[in-house]
Amino acid sequence: MKHIKILNGNSLNKDLKKIGCGECQTSCQSACKTSCTVANQKCERR
Amino acid sequence: MIHQFRIYDTNMVLDVNSGAVHILDDIADRVLSCFNENGRPVEERIGLLKREIGEEPVDEALSELETLKSEGLLFSSDPYEEMFTPKTTPAVVKALCLHMAHDCNLRCKYCFAGEGNYHSEKSKMPLEVAKKAIDFVIENSGNRKNIEIDFFGGEPLLNLNTIKETVAYAREKEKDSNKRFRFTVTTNGLLLDDETMEYLNDTMDNIVLSLDGRREINDAMRMTRSGIGCYDTIVPKFRKMVSIRKDKDYYVRGTFTRNNLDFSEDVLHMADLGFDQLSIEPVVLPDGSGIEIKREDLENIFSEYEKLALKLLELRKQGKKVNFFHFMLDLEGGPCVAKRLRGCGSGTEYLAVTPRGDLYPCHQFAGLEEFKLGSVFTGIEKKDIVETFRKINVYTKDSCRTCWARFYCSGGCAANAWNFQKDLFGTYEIGCELEKKRVECALWLKAQELLG
Repeated sequence: MKHIKILNGNSLNKDLKKIGCGECQTSCQSACKTSCTVANQKCERR
Repeated sequence: MIHQFRIYDTNMVLDVNSGAVHILDDIADRVLSCFNENGRPVEERIGLLKREIGEEPVDEALSELETLKSEGLLFSSDPYEEMFTPKTTPAVVKALCLHMAHDCNLRCKYCFAGEGNYHSEKSKMPLEVAKKAIDFVIENSGNRKNIEIDFFGGEPLLNLNTIKETVAYAREKEKDSNKRFRFTVTTNGLLLDDETMEYLNDTMDNIVLSLDGRREINDAMRMTRSGIGCYDTIVPKFRKMVSIRKDKDYYVRGTFTRNNLDFSEDVLHMADLGFDQLSIEPVVLPDGSGIEIKREDLENIFSEYEKLALKLLELRKQGKKVNFFHFMLDLEGGPCVAKRLRGCGSGTEYLAVTPRGDLYPCHQFAGLEEFKLGSVFTGIEKKDIVETFRKINVYTKDSCRTCWARFYCSGGCAANAWNFQKDLFGTYEIGCELEKKRVECALWLKAQELLG
Protein backbone atom coordinates (compact mmCIF):
# COMPACT_ATOMS: atom_id res chain seq x y z
CA MET A 1 0.00 0.00 0.00
CA LYS A 2 1.19 3.47 -0.83
CA HIS A 3 -0.28 5.48 2.02
CA ILE A 4 -0.52 2.94 4.85
CA LYS A 5 1.88 0.54 6.56
CA ILE A 6 0.42 -2.29 8.61
CA LEU A 7 2.38 -2.41 11.86
CA ASN A 8 0.33 -5.24 13.31
CA GLY A 9 -2.50 -7.35 11.92
CA ASN A 10 -5.33 -9.02 13.71
CA SER A 11 -3.90 -10.11 17.05
CA LEU A 12 -6.98 -10.18 19.28
CA ASN A 13 -9.79 -11.66 17.27
CA LYS A 14 -8.37 -15.03 16.30
CA ASP A 15 -8.36 -18.50 17.81
CA LEU A 16 -11.05 -17.37 20.21
CA LYS A 17 -11.88 -20.95 21.15
CA LYS A 18 -8.35 -21.55 22.40
CA ILE A 19 -7.99 -18.63 24.76
CA GLY A 20 -8.58 -17.93 28.42
CA CYS A 21 -6.50 -20.77 29.93
CA GLY A 22 -5.70 -18.52 32.90
CA GLU A 23 -2.13 -19.74 33.30
CA CYS A 24 -0.57 -16.35 32.62
CA GLN A 25 0.91 -14.12 35.25
CA THR A 26 -1.49 -12.11 37.35
CA SER A 27 -0.99 -8.54 36.28
CA CYS A 28 -0.25 -7.03 39.66
CA GLN A 29 2.58 -9.45 40.32
CA SER A 30 5.12 -7.62 38.21
CA ALA A 31 6.14 -4.01 38.51
CA CYS A 32 2.65 -2.62 38.55
CA LYS A 33 1.27 -2.04 41.98
CA THR A 34 -0.94 0.94 41.33
CA SER A 35 -1.33 1.61 37.62
CA CYS A 36 -2.69 -1.36 35.79
CA THR A 37 -1.38 -2.34 32.38
CA VAL A 38 -2.43 -5.80 31.30
CA ALA A 39 -1.38 -5.71 27.66
CA ASN A 40 2.31 -6.00 28.50
CA GLN A 41 1.91 -9.40 30.13
CA LYS A 42 3.09 -12.52 28.38
CA CYS A 43 0.89 -15.33 27.13
CA GLU A 44 1.94 -18.69 28.59
CA ARG A 45 0.98 -20.53 25.42
CA ARG A 46 3.36 -18.73 23.10
CA MET B 1 -14.02 1.54 16.93
CA ILE B 2 -10.70 3.08 15.99
CA HIS B 3 -8.28 5.43 17.69
CA GLN B 4 -6.33 7.87 15.54
CA PHE B 5 -3.40 9.70 17.07
CA ARG B 6 -0.17 11.41 16.21
CA ILE B 7 3.10 11.45 18.13
CA TYR B 8 5.93 13.60 16.81
CA ASP B 9 5.48 13.21 13.03
CA THR B 10 3.97 9.73 12.98
CA ASN B 11 0.26 9.28 12.30
CA MET B 12 -1.14 6.06 13.66
CA VAL B 13 -4.44 4.28 13.99
CA LEU B 14 -5.39 1.44 16.31
CA ASP B 15 -8.28 -0.79 15.33
CA VAL B 16 -9.57 -1.49 18.82
CA ASN B 17 -11.32 -4.83 18.38
CA SER B 18 -8.76 -6.59 16.19
CA GLY B 19 -5.70 -5.03 17.81
CA ALA B 20 -4.42 -4.07 14.33
CA VAL B 21 -2.16 -1.03 14.21
CA HIS B 22 -1.33 1.01 11.13
CA ILE B 23 0.97 3.87 10.25
CA LEU B 24 -0.61 6.45 8.00
CA ASP B 25 0.91 9.11 5.82
CA ASP B 26 -0.61 12.57 6.09
CA ILE B 27 -3.04 11.92 3.23
CA ALA B 28 -4.39 8.66 4.62
CA ASP B 29 -4.59 10.24 8.05
CA ARG B 30 -6.73 13.10 6.75
CA VAL B 31 -8.91 10.78 4.69
CA LEU B 32 -9.51 8.54 7.70
CA SER B 33 -10.54 11.61 9.68
CA CYS B 34 -13.41 11.97 7.20
CA PHE B 35 -14.94 8.65 8.31
CA ASN B 36 -17.81 8.55 10.77
CA GLU B 37 -17.86 6.32 13.84
CA ASN B 38 -19.58 3.58 11.84
CA GLY B 39 -16.60 3.38 9.54
CA ARG B 40 -18.17 5.09 6.55
CA PRO B 41 -16.61 8.01 4.69
CA VAL B 42 -18.68 11.18 4.97
CA GLU B 43 -19.09 12.34 1.34
CA GLU B 44 -19.17 16.02 2.16
CA ARG B 45 -15.89 15.88 4.06
CA ILE B 46 -14.26 13.71 1.39
CA GLY B 47 -15.37 16.21 -1.27
CA LEU B 48 -13.79 19.10 0.58
CA LEU B 49 -10.55 17.17 1.00
CA LYS B 50 -10.45 16.28 -2.70
CA ARG B 51 -10.77 19.93 -3.60
CA GLU B 52 -7.91 20.75 -1.25
CA ILE B 53 -5.35 18.02 -2.03
CA GLY B 54 -6.62 16.45 -5.26
CA GLU B 55 -8.86 13.57 -6.27
CA GLU B 56 -6.25 10.90 -6.99
CA PRO B 57 -4.42 10.72 -3.63
CA VAL B 58 -7.71 10.80 -1.75
CA ASP B 59 -9.11 7.96 -3.85
CA GLU B 60 -5.92 5.95 -3.35
CA ALA B 61 -6.10 6.35 0.41
CA LEU B 62 -9.82 5.58 0.40
CA SER B 63 -9.16 2.38 -1.48
CA GLU B 64 -6.45 1.31 0.95
CA LEU B 65 -8.65 2.05 3.95
CA GLU B 66 -11.49 0.06 2.41
CA THR B 67 -9.09 -2.84 1.91
CA LEU B 68 -8.19 -2.77 5.60
CA LYS B 69 -11.87 -2.71 6.49
CA SER B 70 -12.65 -5.67 4.27
CA GLU B 71 -9.81 -7.63 5.90
CA GLY B 72 -11.13 -6.92 9.40
CA LEU B 73 -8.24 -4.61 10.24
CA LEU B 74 -10.18 -1.36 10.55
CA PHE B 75 -13.58 -0.64 12.09
CA SER B 76 -13.82 -4.32 12.98
CA SER B 77 -16.72 -5.42 15.15
CA ASP B 78 -16.58 -6.55 18.77
CA PRO B 79 -17.36 -10.25 19.10
CA TYR B 80 -16.22 -10.56 22.70
CA GLU B 81 -18.94 -9.23 24.95
CA GLU B 82 -21.27 -12.17 24.39
CA MET B 83 -18.45 -14.70 24.71
CA PHE B 84 -17.04 -13.58 28.04
CA THR B 85 -19.47 -13.00 30.85
CA PRO B 86 -18.92 -13.10 34.62
CA LYS B 87 -20.09 -16.72 34.48
CA THR B 88 -17.12 -17.56 32.29
CA THR B 89 -14.69 -16.04 34.79
CA PRO B 90 -13.31 -19.09 36.58
CA ALA B 91 -13.74 -19.19 40.34
CA VAL B 92 -10.15 -20.01 41.17
CA VAL B 93 -7.49 -18.28 43.23
CA LYS B 94 -4.07 -18.60 41.62
CA ALA B 95 -2.06 -15.68 42.99
CA LEU B 96 -1.50 -14.38 46.49
CA CYS B 97 0.14 -11.26 47.76
CA LEU B 98 1.53 -12.23 51.15
CA HIS B 99 1.98 -9.28 53.49
CA MET B 100 5.03 -10.64 55.25
CA ALA B 101 5.38 -7.57 57.43
CA HIS B 102 3.00 -4.79 58.29
CA ASP B 103 6.01 -2.78 59.23
CA CYS B 104 8.67 -0.93 57.32
CA ASN B 105 12.16 0.43 57.82
CA LEU B 106 11.38 3.38 55.55
CA ARG B 107 8.88 6.21 55.95
CA CYS B 108 8.00 7.02 52.35
CA LYS B 109 5.77 10.05 52.16
CA TYR B 110 3.36 8.62 49.60
CA CYS B 111 2.94 5.12 51.01
CA PHE B 112 -0.62 3.82 50.64
CA ALA B 113 0.11 1.47 53.53
CA GLY B 114 0.60 4.27 56.04
CA GLU B 115 4.03 3.64 57.50
CA GLY B 116 3.94 0.10 56.18
CA ASN B 117 1.52 -1.07 58.85
CA TYR B 118 -1.68 -0.53 56.82
CA HIS B 119 -3.00 1.77 59.52
CA SER B 120 -3.04 -0.97 62.13
CA GLU B 121 -0.60 -2.46 64.62
CA LYS B 122 2.83 -3.47 63.38
CA SER B 123 3.05 -7.20 62.80
CA LYS B 124 4.87 -9.92 60.92
CA MET B 125 3.27 -12.90 59.26
CA PRO B 126 3.84 -16.03 61.35
CA LEU B 127 4.98 -19.14 59.50
CA GLU B 128 1.74 -20.86 60.43
CA VAL B 129 -0.24 -18.25 58.46
CA ALA B 130 2.11 -18.35 55.49
CA LYS B 131 1.89 -22.14 55.29
CA LYS B 132 -1.87 -21.99 55.53
CA ALA B 133 -1.88 -19.47 52.70
CA ILE B 134 0.08 -21.92 50.53
CA ASP B 135 -2.42 -24.66 51.41
CA PHE B 136 -5.28 -22.27 50.64
CA VAL B 137 -4.04 -21.39 47.17
CA ILE B 138 -3.35 -25.04 46.34
CA GLU B 139 -6.88 -25.97 47.41
CA ASN B 140 -8.53 -23.07 45.59
CA SER B 141 -6.60 -22.96 42.33
CA GLY B 142 -8.52 -25.74 40.59
CA ASN B 143 -6.59 -27.10 37.63
CA ARG B 144 -4.31 -24.06 37.32
CA LYS B 145 -0.71 -25.19 37.35
CA ASN B 146 1.08 -21.86 37.68
CA ILE B 147 0.70 -20.26 41.09
CA GLU B 148 2.19 -16.87 41.95
CA ILE B 149 3.23 -15.74 45.37
CA ASP B 150 4.30 -12.15 45.91
CA PHE B 151 6.19 -11.42 49.11
CA PHE B 152 5.11 -7.93 49.95
CA GLY B 153 4.86 -5.53 52.87
CA GLY B 154 5.60 -3.08 54.36
CA GLU B 155 9.08 -4.40 53.90
CA PRO B 156 9.00 -8.18 53.42
CA LEU B 157 12.69 -8.69 54.18
CA LEU B 158 11.92 -7.78 57.80
CA ASN B 159 10.50 -11.29 57.84
CA LEU B 160 13.08 -13.07 55.69
CA ASN B 161 13.25 -16.29 57.68
CA THR B 162 9.53 -16.83 57.20
CA ILE B 163 9.91 -16.12 53.48
CA LYS B 164 12.58 -18.82 53.29
CA GLU B 165 10.49 -21.35 55.17
CA THR B 166 7.42 -20.49 53.09
CA VAL B 167 9.30 -21.01 49.84
CA ALA B 168 10.63 -24.35 51.12
CA TYR B 169 7.13 -25.40 52.15
CA ALA B 170 5.64 -24.46 48.77
CA ARG B 171 8.42 -26.32 46.93
CA GLU B 172 7.72 -29.37 49.06
CA LYS B 173 4.05 -29.22 48.09
CA GLU B 174 4.61 -28.64 44.36
CA LYS B 175 4.98 -32.22 43.24
CA ASP B 176 2.03 -33.77 45.03
CA SER B 177 -0.28 -30.91 44.12
CA ASN B 178 0.93 -30.65 40.51
CA LYS B 179 1.52 -26.96 40.91
CA ARG B 180 4.41 -24.73 39.97
CA PHE B 181 5.05 -21.82 42.31
CA ARG B 182 6.56 -18.61 41.03
CA PHE B 183 7.80 -16.14 43.59
CA THR B 184 8.22 -12.39 43.50
CA VAL B 185 9.56 -10.09 46.18
CA THR B 186 9.11 -6.34 46.32
CA THR B 187 11.75 -4.71 48.50
CA ASN B 188 13.13 -1.30 49.40
CA GLY B 189 16.56 -2.90 49.50
CA LEU B 190 17.77 -1.70 52.89
CA LEU B 191 18.21 -5.23 54.21
CA LEU B 192 19.88 -6.69 51.13
CA ASP B 193 23.22 -8.25 51.97
CA ASP B 194 25.29 -10.72 49.97
CA GLU B 195 23.68 -13.80 51.45
CA THR B 196 20.15 -12.43 51.03
CA MET B 197 20.84 -11.38 47.46
CA GLU B 198 22.10 -14.83 46.61
CA TYR B 199 19.06 -16.43 48.19
CA LEU B 200 16.60 -14.12 46.42
CA ASN B 201 18.36 -14.55 43.10
CA ASP B 202 18.09 -18.33 43.40
CA THR B 203 14.45 -18.48 44.47
CA MET B 204 12.60 -15.46 43.09
CA ASP B 205 11.19 -15.41 39.58
CA ASN B 206 10.97 -11.65 39.77
CA ILE B 207 12.52 -9.10 42.09
CA VAL B 208 11.06 -5.61 42.31
CA LEU B 209 13.50 -3.05 43.70
CA SER B 210 12.10 0.29 44.80
CA LEU B 211 13.95 3.43 43.73
CA ASP B 212 12.48 6.74 42.58
CA GLY B 213 15.35 7.87 40.38
CA ARG B 214 17.68 10.79 41.03
CA ARG B 215 19.16 11.04 44.52
CA GLU B 216 17.38 14.25 45.47
CA ILE B 217 14.04 12.97 44.14
CA ASN B 218 14.35 9.60 45.84
CA ASP B 219 15.56 11.03 49.12
CA ALA B 220 12.80 13.63 49.33
CA MET B 221 10.25 10.81 49.47
CA ARG B 222 12.01 7.65 50.59
CA MET B 223 13.67 8.13 53.93
CA THR B 224 14.46 6.15 57.04
CA ARG B 225 12.73 6.63 60.38
CA SER B 226 15.41 9.15 61.26
CA GLY B 227 14.69 11.14 58.12
CA ILE B 228 17.73 10.19 56.07
CA GLY B 229 17.25 9.46 52.37
CA CYS B 230 17.99 5.89 51.37
CA TYR B 231 19.56 6.44 47.92
CA ASP B 232 23.21 6.05 48.93
CA THR B 233 22.46 2.90 50.90
CA ILE B 234 20.34 1.10 48.33
CA VAL B 235 21.84 1.97 44.95
CA PRO B 236 25.08 -0.02 45.47
CA LYS B 237 23.00 -2.94 46.72
CA PHE B 238 20.66 -2.76 43.73
CA ARG B 239 23.60 -2.66 41.34
CA LYS B 240 25.00 -5.79 42.92
CA MET B 241 21.61 -7.50 42.95
CA VAL B 242 21.08 -6.74 39.27
CA SER B 243 24.60 -7.81 38.33
CA ILE B 244 24.06 -11.29 39.74
CA ARG B 245 20.54 -11.40 38.32
CA LYS B 246 21.83 -11.75 34.75
CA ASP B 247 18.88 -12.66 32.49
CA LYS B 248 16.39 -13.33 35.27
CA ASP B 249 13.48 -10.93 35.70
CA TYR B 250 13.71 -7.86 37.87
CA TYR B 251 12.39 -4.32 37.87
CA VAL B 252 13.77 -1.19 39.37
CA ARG B 253 10.50 0.51 40.13
CA GLY B 254 9.75 4.02 41.27
CA THR B 255 6.95 6.43 41.89
CA PHE B 256 6.70 9.97 40.59
CA THR B 257 4.72 12.75 42.21
CA ARG B 258 3.85 16.27 41.16
CA ASN B 259 7.20 17.25 42.67
CA ASN B 260 9.01 15.54 39.79
CA LEU B 261 6.86 15.87 36.73
CA ASP B 262 10.15 15.72 34.81
CA PHE B 263 10.24 12.02 35.73
CA SER B 264 11.79 11.00 32.40
CA GLU B 265 15.02 12.27 33.97
CA ASP B 266 14.54 9.76 36.77
CA VAL B 267 14.03 6.89 34.36
CA LEU B 268 17.12 7.92 32.43
CA HIS B 269 19.05 8.26 35.67
CA MET B 270 18.15 4.68 36.54
CA ALA B 271 19.32 3.64 33.07
CA ASP B 272 22.58 5.53 33.65
CA LEU B 273 23.05 3.54 36.84
CA GLY B 274 23.08 0.42 34.68
CA PHE B 275 19.54 -0.80 35.26
CA ASP B 276 17.63 -1.84 32.16
CA GLN B 277 14.26 -3.12 33.42
CA LEU B 278 12.51 -0.02 34.66
CA SER B 279 9.17 1.21 35.81
CA ILE B 280 8.03 4.48 37.25
CA GLU B 281 4.43 4.98 38.19
CA PRO B 282 2.34 8.01 38.96
CA VAL B 283 1.59 8.43 42.64
CA VAL B 284 -2.03 7.73 43.50
CA LEU B 285 -3.18 9.96 46.32
CA PRO B 286 -6.39 11.88 47.03
CA ASP B 287 -6.82 15.60 46.46
CA GLY B 288 -5.19 17.71 49.11
CA SER B 289 -2.23 15.41 49.71
CA GLY B 290 0.09 18.01 48.28
CA ILE B 291 2.00 15.72 45.95
CA GLU B 292 -0.94 14.12 44.13
CA ILE B 293 -1.24 14.28 40.35
CA LYS B 294 -3.77 16.93 39.38
CA ARG B 295 -5.72 17.30 36.18
CA GLU B 296 -3.75 20.42 35.31
CA ASP B 297 -0.56 18.32 35.37
CA LEU B 298 -1.73 16.03 32.59
CA GLU B 299 -0.39 17.97 29.60
CA ASN B 300 3.04 18.16 31.23
CA ILE B 301 3.01 14.46 31.96
CA PHE B 302 1.90 13.62 28.41
CA SER B 303 4.88 15.58 27.06
CA GLU B 304 7.13 13.82 29.51
CA TYR B 305 5.97 10.39 28.36
CA GLU B 306 6.64 11.40 24.75
CA LYS B 307 10.06 12.68 25.73
CA LEU B 308 10.77 9.43 27.54
CA ALA B 309 9.70 7.38 24.51
CA LEU B 310 12.05 9.39 22.29
CA LYS B 311 14.94 8.98 24.72
CA LEU B 312 14.38 5.24 24.96
CA LEU B 313 14.38 5.03 21.19
CA GLU B 314 17.69 6.91 21.06
CA LEU B 315 19.16 4.52 23.63
CA ARG B 316 18.00 1.54 21.59
CA LYS B 317 19.64 2.98 18.51
CA GLN B 318 22.85 3.17 20.53
CA GLY B 319 22.47 -0.52 21.29
CA LYS B 320 21.26 -0.07 24.88
CA LYS B 321 18.04 -1.96 25.32
CA VAL B 322 16.19 -0.35 28.20
CA ASN B 323 12.69 -1.60 28.91
CA PHE B 324 10.13 0.71 30.45
CA PHE B 325 7.35 -1.41 31.92
CA HIS B 326 4.47 0.70 30.66
CA PHE B 327 5.84 0.96 27.13
CA MET B 328 6.28 -2.78 26.76
CA LEU B 329 3.76 -4.14 24.31
CA ASP B 330 4.14 -7.42 22.50
CA LEU B 331 1.62 -6.81 19.76
CA GLU B 332 1.60 -10.40 18.52
CA GLY B 333 2.38 -12.34 21.67
CA GLY B 334 0.59 -10.40 24.37
CA PRO B 335 -2.22 -11.72 26.51
CA CYS B 336 -5.40 -13.10 24.96
CA VAL B 337 -8.55 -11.05 24.87
CA ALA B 338 -10.08 -13.07 27.72
CA LYS B 339 -7.35 -11.72 29.96
CA ARG B 340 -7.53 -8.25 28.49
CA LEU B 341 -11.17 -7.68 29.27
CA ARG B 342 -11.02 -8.92 32.87
CA GLY B 343 -8.06 -6.97 34.15
CA CYS B 344 -5.69 -7.70 36.98
CA GLY B 345 -7.72 -10.43 38.67
CA SER B 346 -8.05 -8.70 42.03
CA GLY B 347 -10.81 -10.13 44.19
CA THR B 348 -11.06 -13.24 42.07
CA GLU B 349 -7.87 -15.01 41.04
CA TYR B 350 -5.60 -12.65 42.98
CA LEU B 351 -5.98 -12.00 46.72
CA ALA B 352 -3.92 -10.39 49.45
CA VAL B 353 -3.20 -12.06 52.78
CA THR B 354 -2.47 -9.95 55.86
CA PRO B 355 -0.06 -11.11 58.61
CA ARG B 356 -2.93 -12.58 60.62
CA GLY B 357 -4.25 -14.44 57.59
CA ASP B 358 -7.14 -12.21 56.58
CA LEU B 359 -8.01 -12.23 52.88
CA TYR B 360 -8.63 -9.05 50.87
CA PRO B 361 -9.25 -8.46 47.14
CA CYS B 362 -5.72 -7.06 46.78
CA HIS B 363 -2.96 -5.36 48.74
CA GLN B 364 -4.59 -1.98 48.30
CA PHE B 365 -7.82 -3.09 49.95
CA ALA B 366 -6.01 -4.56 52.95
CA GLY B 367 -7.35 -3.08 56.16
CA LEU B 368 -10.68 -1.92 54.69
CA GLU B 369 -13.01 -3.94 56.89
CA GLU B 370 -15.88 -3.97 54.38
CA PHE B 371 -13.61 -5.80 51.91
CA LYS B 372 -12.37 -8.48 54.27
CA LEU B 373 -13.32 -11.67 52.45
CA GLY B 374 -12.43 -14.23 55.10
CA SER B 375 -9.15 -15.78 56.12
CA VAL B 376 -6.78 -18.51 55.06
CA PHE B 377 -8.10 -20.50 58.03
CA THR B 378 -11.79 -20.17 57.27
CA GLY B 379 -11.72 -19.70 53.52
CA ILE B 380 -13.74 -17.09 51.68
CA GLU B 381 -16.77 -16.17 53.76
CA LYS B 382 -18.05 -13.12 51.93
CA LYS B 383 -18.70 -14.77 48.60
CA ASP B 384 -20.94 -11.88 47.54
CA ILE B 385 -17.91 -9.58 47.38
CA VAL B 386 -16.02 -12.05 45.22
CA GLU B 387 -19.07 -12.32 42.97
CA THR B 388 -19.04 -8.54 42.58
CA PHE B 389 -15.38 -8.62 41.57
CA ARG B 390 -16.13 -11.38 39.07
CA LYS B 391 -18.56 -9.04 37.36
CA ILE B 392 -15.93 -6.37 36.80
CA ASN B 393 -14.79 -6.23 33.20
CA VAL B 394 -14.50 -3.68 30.44
CA TYR B 395 -18.13 -4.18 29.46
CA THR B 396 -19.60 -3.72 32.90
CA LYS B 397 -17.74 -0.45 33.49
CA ASP B 398 -19.55 2.32 31.64
CA SER B 399 -16.52 4.43 30.90
CA CYS B 400 -14.52 1.44 29.64
CA ARG B 401 -17.14 0.19 27.18
CA THR B 402 -16.52 3.15 24.93
CA CYS B 403 -12.80 3.60 25.60
CA TRP B 404 -10.32 2.75 22.85
CA ALA B 405 -7.71 1.61 25.40
CA ARG B 406 -9.94 -0.99 27.05
CA PHE B 407 -7.92 -3.99 25.85
CA TYR B 408 -4.66 -2.48 27.13
CA CYS B 409 -5.46 -1.43 30.69
CA SER B 410 -8.40 -3.85 30.96
CA GLY B 411 -10.53 -1.61 33.10
CA GLY B 412 -7.79 -0.27 35.34
CA CYS B 413 -7.30 -0.68 39.04
CA ALA B 414 -10.34 -1.61 41.15
CA ALA B 415 -8.77 -0.13 44.26
CA ASN B 416 -8.25 3.20 42.52
CA ALA B 417 -11.86 3.15 41.33
CA TRP B 418 -13.01 2.51 44.85
CA ASN B 419 -10.75 5.12 46.41
CA PHE B 420 -11.77 7.87 44.01
CA GLN B 421 -15.39 7.08 43.19
CA LYS B 422 -16.45 4.63 45.90
CA ASP B 423 -17.57 2.47 43.01
CA LEU B 424 -15.80 -0.72 41.93
CA PHE B 425 -17.33 -0.20 38.50
CA GLY B 426 -16.03 3.34 38.34
CA THR B 427 -12.66 4.64 37.19
CA TYR B 428 -9.83 6.83 38.39
CA GLU B 429 -10.00 9.34 35.57
CA ILE B 430 -6.51 10.79 35.86
CA GLY B 431 -5.13 7.26 35.82
CA CYS B 432 -7.15 6.55 32.65
CA GLU B 433 -5.72 9.58 30.87
CA LEU B 434 -2.17 8.60 31.80
CA GLU B 435 -2.68 5.02 30.73
CA LYS B 436 -4.01 6.08 27.33
CA LYS B 437 -0.96 8.25 26.75
CA ARG B 438 1.38 5.42 27.75
CA VAL B 439 -0.31 3.05 25.30
CA GLU B 440 0.03 5.62 22.50
CA CYS B 441 3.73 6.02 23.30
CA ALA B 442 4.20 2.26 23.40
CA LEU B 443 2.60 1.91 19.96
CA TRP B 444 4.71 4.77 18.65
CA LEU B 445 7.88 3.06 19.85
CA LYS B 446 6.81 -0.10 18.02
CA ALA B 447 6.23 1.95 14.89
CA GLN B 448 9.68 3.47 15.08
CA GLU B 449 11.24 0.03 15.36
CA LEU B 450 9.39 -1.00 12.20
CA LEU B 451 10.28 2.14 10.33
CA GLY B 452 13.91 1.80 11.38
